[in-house]
Amino acid sequence: MNCAVLFSGGKDSTYAAYIAKKNNYNISCLISIFSENPESYMFHTPSISKVEKQAEIMDKPLIIQKTKGEKEIELDDLFHAIMKAKYDFNINGIITGTVESAYQASRIQKICYDLELECFNPLWQKSQLELIKELIEKKFNIIITGVFAYPFDKSWLGKKIDQKFLCDIRELYEKYKINPAGEGGEYETFVLNCPLFKRELKIVGNKIYGKNHSWKMEIDVK
Amino acid sequence: MITLVELPKEKLHNLEFVKPIENVIRKENKNFKRIRYKDLTSDIFSESDKVIISGTSFRDNDFLCNLEFFDWIKNFDRPILGICGGMHILGMSFNGTLFKTQEIGLMEVEFEKEFLGVNDKIEVYELHNYVVESSDFEIYARSQKCIQAIKHKDKPFYGVMFHPEVKKKNIIANFIRL
Repeated sequence: MNCAVLFSGGKDSTYAAYIAKKNNYNISCLISIFSENPESYMFHTPSISKVEKQAEIMDKPLIIQKTKGEKEIELDDLFHAIMKAKYDFNINGIITGTVESAYQASRIQKICYDLELECFNPLWQKSQLELIKELIEKKFNIIITGVFAYPFDKSWLGKKIDQKFLCDIRELYEKYKINPAGEGGEYETFVLNCPLFKRELKIVGNKIYGKNHSWKMEIDVK
Repeated sequence: MITLVELPKEKLHNLEFVKPIENVIRKENKNFKRIRYKDLTSDIFSESDKVIISGTSFRDNDFLCNLEFFDWIKNFDRPILGICGGMHILGMSFNGTLFKTQEIGLMEVEFEKEFLGVNDKIEVYELHNYVVESSDFEIYARSQKCIQAIKHKDKPFYGVMFHPEVKKKNIIANFIRL
């Protein structure tokens, strides 16, 4: 089956694409939504412009859709992007990296239904600690590009998701109920390398901004 | 042993509609066998204490064209839990009728009486295009639009229209503990 991946460049959508490919689904294209609203209910925003580089080393066409990121209106923009994928790439299904958000899942389900497409959420209801463990085992090279909750601080930016991260995040989960995979929007990630990439992306620069427990790192990659 | 019947036509949907149910069974430390509905054979039922029939994707109605694979239900006498599409199958096995009724996302469901440990109003995750009605089943819960939980009048067969593997895993755990 030909599918498009709703792709943010972060760990979940990249891992969902990997699982789909492992199950012999054909990834025809990627769809990325560039939201002007950093607090979008639907879309992950840090480092999203770097998704173009990821698509290049995955050798996949990328549909870019801009949105102002206003609640519900952003769904019209998503609808148009998925419709474009349907007609330009003849897809039959959409793949998402949704783990727990019923808000996100139900809205994408509705769009897919209206466009007569299947909707696949291969990470749905997955244990968040298990998800992190699998990403480490499968040698995904992932860094933290944004933190948005107490007790995170600036020092977390650029950290790799590895065994040390797994121990640290487990501790934060036990102490502060931080979602281990960041499903509550506590942190966001960028994938530098994974089995879908032809080579590793190198960070050649970064800009850090934020305050208190909310920090972002915009990276340049090549 | 629990038999977990996979309803999805697409393999990738098993991760979404079957694996979360499997995770609840594992957490309850029960032996189980997962099997695609088209691969069910009679020996499975002789060794099954209970059967759970999963749901499937919003657009997948393949199982409704293959109801002959579920003829065993009429002669089965141990507990069955049918989830969404699984509930359609239970109802259709007892002269039920399908009606087009779509619900997507989080909804409130009101239980009129105790059902697998649940009472009163609860919030559940819905993803369906049809609902089934059969006079052989008693209605336990409704949403604003349709029937949400049923139990057969004579047999230990339970059906839920919503997806308890999302946010209401205790319903599956309570079924496993019956």
